[in-house]
This record gives sequence, structure tokens and C-alpha cells, in this order.
Amino acid sequence: MKRHLISAADLSRDDALLILDTADELAKISERSIKKLPTLRGRTVVNLFFEDSTRTRISFEAAAKRLSADVINFSAKGSSVSKGESLKDTALTLEAMGADAVVIRHGASGAPHRLATWVRGSVVNAGDGTHEHPTQALLDAFTMRRRLGSLDGRKITIVGDVLHSRVARSNVLLLSTLGAEVTLVAPPTLFPVSVDSWPCQISYDLDAVLPKSDVVMMLRVQRERMNAAFFPTEREYSRRYGLDRDRVARMPDEAIVMHPGPMNRGMEIAAEVADSPRSTIVEQVANGVTTRMAVLYLLLGGADLGGEIQ
Amino acid sequence: MSSIVIKGASILGGEPRDILIRDGVVADIGQGLTGDETVEARGLIALPGLVDLHTHLREPGREDAETVATGTRAAALGGYTAVHAMANTEPVADTAGVVEQVWRLGQEAGYCDVQPVGAVTVGLGGERLAELGAMADSAAQVRVFSDDGKCVSDAVLMRRALEYVKAFDGVVAQHAQEPRLTSGAQMNEGAVSGRLGLTGWPAVAEEAVIARDCLLAAHVGSRLHVCHVSTAGSVEILRWAKSKGWDVTAEVTPHHLLLTDELVEDSPVGAYNPIYKVNPPLRTRADVEALREALADGTIDCVATDHAPHPVEDKETEWAAAAMGMIGLETALSVVQEAMVETGLLDWAGVAERMSLAPARIGRLRGHGRSIEVGAPANITLYDASVRGEVDPSGYASKSRNTPYEGRTLPGRVVATFLRGRPTVLNGKLA
Repeated sequence: MKRHLISAADLSRDDALLILDTADELAKISERSIKKLPTLRGRTVVNLFFEDSTRTRISFEAAAKRLSADVINFSAKGSSVSKGESLKDTALTLEAMGADAVVIRHGASGAPHRLATWVRGSVVNAGDGTHEHPTQALLDAFTMRRRLGSLDGRKITIVGDVLHSRVARSNVLLLSTLGAEVTLVAPPTLFPVSVDSWPCQISYDLDAVLPKSDVVMMLRVQRERMNAAFFPTEREYSRRYGLDRDRVARMPDEAIVMHPGPMNRGMEIAAEVADSPRSTIVEQVANGVTTRMAVLYLLLGGADLGGEIQ
Repeated sequence: MSSIVIKGASILGGEPRDILIRDGVVADIGQGLTGDETVEARGLIALPGLVDLHTHLREPGREDAETVATGTRAAALGGYTAVHAMANTEPVADTAGVVEQVWRLGQEAGYCDVQPVGAVTVGLGGERLAELGAMADSAAQVRVFSDDGKCVSDAVLMRRALEYVKAFDGVVAQHAQEPRLTSGAQMNEGAVSGRLGLTGWPAVAEEAVIARDCLLAAHVGSRLHVCHVSTAGSVEILRWAKSKGWDVTAEVTPHHLLLTDELVEDSPVGAYNPIYKVNPPLRTRADVEALREALADGTIDCVATDHAPHPVEDKETEWAAAAMGMIGLETALSVVQEAMVETGLLDWAGVAERMSLAPARIGRLRGHGRSIEVGAPANITLYDASVRGEVDPSGYASKSRNTPYEGRTLPGRVVATFLRGRPTVLNGKLA
């Protein structure tokens, strides 16, 4: 494995499978009454969040703490971080404090790449701008594996604002590495112009894709996109690309519904679909902790896991 | 006044000749000439002093990035004898007072002539015409007007500017960038921007404005200059406009002749390194090829550096927060040698035309851009095209270090520069 996890493209098929298998092992710990491992005792993990994301921060914090790492939460929001020099200065501060891993969430695409040039510890991308969110893709793949088994040849449909979605980018890269067949569905305005060079299919027609999908993953659609004329109205978006009960009925019986959260109920996903047994949305949250434990564990080169679990 | 003889220089790559300089002009060209001082130039190419139509000297306002003094030293070291100082200073060069100040600073610095560019609109605001006539009539005698950094996007205002400057033989140099299509844009819109999740800067945002402006210039019978052309589509539009006989000229930067947007994703200095962030953005390999061809066949008239100094802290940031621009004065000739001469697209006469004669003509600079011949002002650059070296900005005269070529091997070296007979650079160092 590389030293950093910045893009899902950093992971070979073997790397990805190792993370998912390790997460499977770690999941067993979550079922025990004492959920903590001594593996990363004495190591420091910094959560560096330049954007509000309580759920992702808590997920990483829980993951690091269950591995006994010292966790420092650095919420940069509200401090003077709009200037880039602050990112470098912050990086140098963390470096001086001896951070072994820095988990960064930042509104600017590529911020983790820049951070990695200034710190010695491992950098884990917890979402950068409209670029990537690789641990989200890993937890999604983990969730799919638990429901469906191997992802080889599985048909996975990702629906929504692909243009601005870091979840979509990371998922396309990781899922294609794992042998799945990904189809992206969106109105043409919400695809990047060169999406045809990505390792996936694209479609403008959700209804045509649904019957052939093992997984349907709905992406959050930001309401402000409407003002930039990406689509005419929320109602029209919902009608053409929202997942409601009628559309779920067109999916194969075993197919599952996913959403990375937070959801706009009634916009891209109907409440009854989100809460249905096909939905894995709550599982995804739980799986996030385990998957992130596996990532931190492997990046920070913890001791042999087998011995610790038994 | 004493005389200087340049011994054995190869004028435009031709047979070795001696060039005698007296009283600031070329007094004789031949064999076995003698003078009070001798500059050995065997094996060196003599070019007319280079002229830059597009330089950001940053003074007044951003003296932390560059000053007229440091920028003109960088220009001299790059073989330039005249530069056009862009108007986007603080305060903006939109009055006779500011352009005269910049012009005087250039005179005092003495390393190369500084010809100020005047803003088209007040404060680069794109709303009202600046006092173009006052700037033209000032001591600075402004002939080139540009809101560079911003586009004169209002079609009526652009039309009026094109018409108005006819009264004093001016030219509007347009920074072609449709603002609505480039809101928040970070890099060329294409495969790389899609993968990197950076807001795209579509080629059409440049091409649409160029097409409109060519039509406007033709309609009002004025002349138009297009700054830093960066796309293959822009080249096609310019070729079409020129085929109509319209008075349209264009420039290309050295970096757009060499670098592509792939460097944003994959380079020796890491992904998302803002050293490659520039306006207009680096484009694709196909665009680079089209620009080279266009410069070779004259569709693009000249090379202009768009030398854009920025302090370190404005580049050592995440991509979106970084300033746009690259320095270029001290590497321009080397990049042109690599992109145009070593590829066989231009000979040295062609380089002289594109980097000296044409820009001086467009800027209406008398005394610059003249072929090296008896009676011409002795603005001469001596260049050693036979060497190659690694780019190391630590010794640059520019105050800034934001070169995209650091660590890259480039050909050629400016050995000497003469401004009206006076050496500003000798042995590759400021004289």
C-alpha cells in the first residue's frame, strides 16, 4: 500500500481487497462488549476538518480510538484558513506535534495532495472539494460485499450530481478496480464533459438502467445547483432522477439501495425508499467506522491483526 | 562617444559578421571591424532586441512580487530591450498619471524600455471607458490598451473602445474570457479537470469572445490584438479573420507552446501544484500543436511572455486559493528555441520576427523591432543556442520564483543584451 490514501486510484485490487478483508476481521470486534484494540497505542491521528462534517469526523474519531490511537480534532472552520498559507502553516504545526496520520476534509480539490508534500505522516483524504472521498467508496464497497458477496461483474448504478460528487469519483475508480460494472445516471448537465473517458457507462435514463442494477446508489443533490441552471426545478429533477416506490419496483428483487448521506428526503430519494429493508443507509454509517479502522490500521502498519483478534 | 564592436556574431543564424556600434546605432556590419571595446561573439546568434507585448511588472501596488526595476532586469537577462507593462496594477493604469509614473520608473531603471499599457475601462471595471486619449497624449504615449486579467466582455463597450482608439492609432488587446462561462474556473475543461474535480475552463469561453471581437473589429474598421491565445479553436477563428483581410493580430505565450494540462495531475512537483495555475489555463497537447503551427505560419503574430510574478505564499497553497500566472521573461527565448526552432518550425529570422519585429509593430514602438542593419538603433541580443542547462530560478533577477520550468532542462542562454548600444547584459550577467 502507498503511504497515503488520497485517491481510490491509489489502491490496487490487492490493496482494496486487503482493506475490505481487514475490515471484515475488525467488524468482529465491534460485536464484542469491549470494542477496543491496543494496536495504535502511542500513535497520533489528527482529524483536520476545514469543512463541517460531523458524521465523517466522528466516524474517523471512533475508528482511531478503537485502535487506541491518540486523537486530536482540529476544526479549522471559522479560523483564518481561507488563505492557502494557513494550510501550509497548519501542516507544519501538525508536523511539529508529531502526527502519524492526518485525516483531512477540505473544500478545495487537491488539498490532501498539497498537505502530503508538507507532512511526513500518512494523509487520509476524508473528502476534498469535488474530487474524491476514498474511504466513503471503501465503506460502500464493504457494505455491498456484505449484502451481495463478491463485486466481480456486479452492476452498480450511481445516480445524481456526478459533476460535483467526490463520492461518485471515488466509487467509479474503486468499483471498477474491484471488477464491478458501474453505470452513472444523471442529467447531461451534471456530468463532466469528458466522462466518456471514465471506466464506466453513462446514461441519462434511470428507468432503462434500473432493471439491470444490483445496486442503486443515490447521490445528494445540492439545492443551489438549481440556481446555476443545472436543472430547471427540484420537482422536475425528482420526477426524472429521484428514486421513489415505483422505480424501486423496477429493480431486481435482491437489489439494494444506497445513499452516502446526508439525504434530501423527497428530492433524490423518497422517504419510504430510504427506510425500506432494501436500504443500506444505516449500515453504511456503521460500516464506516470499521472500514476506517482498517485504513488507519494498514496505513500506520499496526501489529499482526490475527493475534489480536483471537 | 565610444564605440563597441561585436566580433563574429551570426546575425539571425547567418555567416559570422562584426557589428560596429557607435552613438547607439549600428554604424557598420562587415569583417575585421574595430572599436574602442570588443565583445567576442563567435558562435553566438545576434537577434534584434526582443520586445514583449505582455509583461506584468506589478508596480505600483504589488512591489512584493515585482518592481519596474527588478522586472526590467529580468527582461534584459531574457534578451528583451522593451516590454509593455500591463495595466492591472494598484492603482490601475487607467489615467495619464499612472502610465507616466510607470514610464518614468522604466526610464530610471534603464535596463529596458518600459511602454505602459493603458486600461480600457476605469479600474478594469468593465463599465466605463478610461481616458484613453489622455493616456495616448501623455509622455508615455500609450498605444496598447488592455483590461488584461479581465475581459472587456460588454459588447457595446468593446465596440466603442475599438472605434475610439482609431483616433490615435491605438489597439485594444483583449483578454478573451467570457466571464459567465468561466465562473470559478480553475483549469482547462477536459478529461483532466473531470478527474481532478476542478471547475472547468472551456475553450469556447475564449473562442466565443475572439470570434465576436474579430467581427466587431471588422465592422468598425479598427484593429484588434488578441492576448495569449491558448486553444486550437481560437487559431481557426484567427485564421479565418485574417483570410478576410481584417486587421487582427494575436500573441501566444511560451508556456502555451510547451506545457499541457496533464501537468496539473501528474508532474515531478506533485498533483495540484499551483505552479501550473495560469490564465488562460494550460490546454491539451492538440492545442499546443495547433499553437505552434499557427505561430509558424503567422496566424499568430508574436510571442508574448505574460510574465506574471507572484510571491511564494500566493502559490504554496491549495490549488483553488492560488494566484494565476507564471514568470517568463528569463526563459522565453529558451522555450521558443525548444518548441519552435528545434522542431524545425521557425528559423532564427522567424524568431526575430515573432519576438521583436512583430510585437514592436503591433505596439507602434519606434526604435524597437528593427532588423540589425546599418543605421538601426543598436538594440541587439546575443544568444548561445548551443548550450543546454537546468532551469534554476534561485539566481533570477525577478523578485518572484514562480517558474513552471524549475528543474527542467532547456536549451540556450542569453549572453548579452544591448539597449541603444549600451550593454545591459554581458556574459549572461547584468552589466
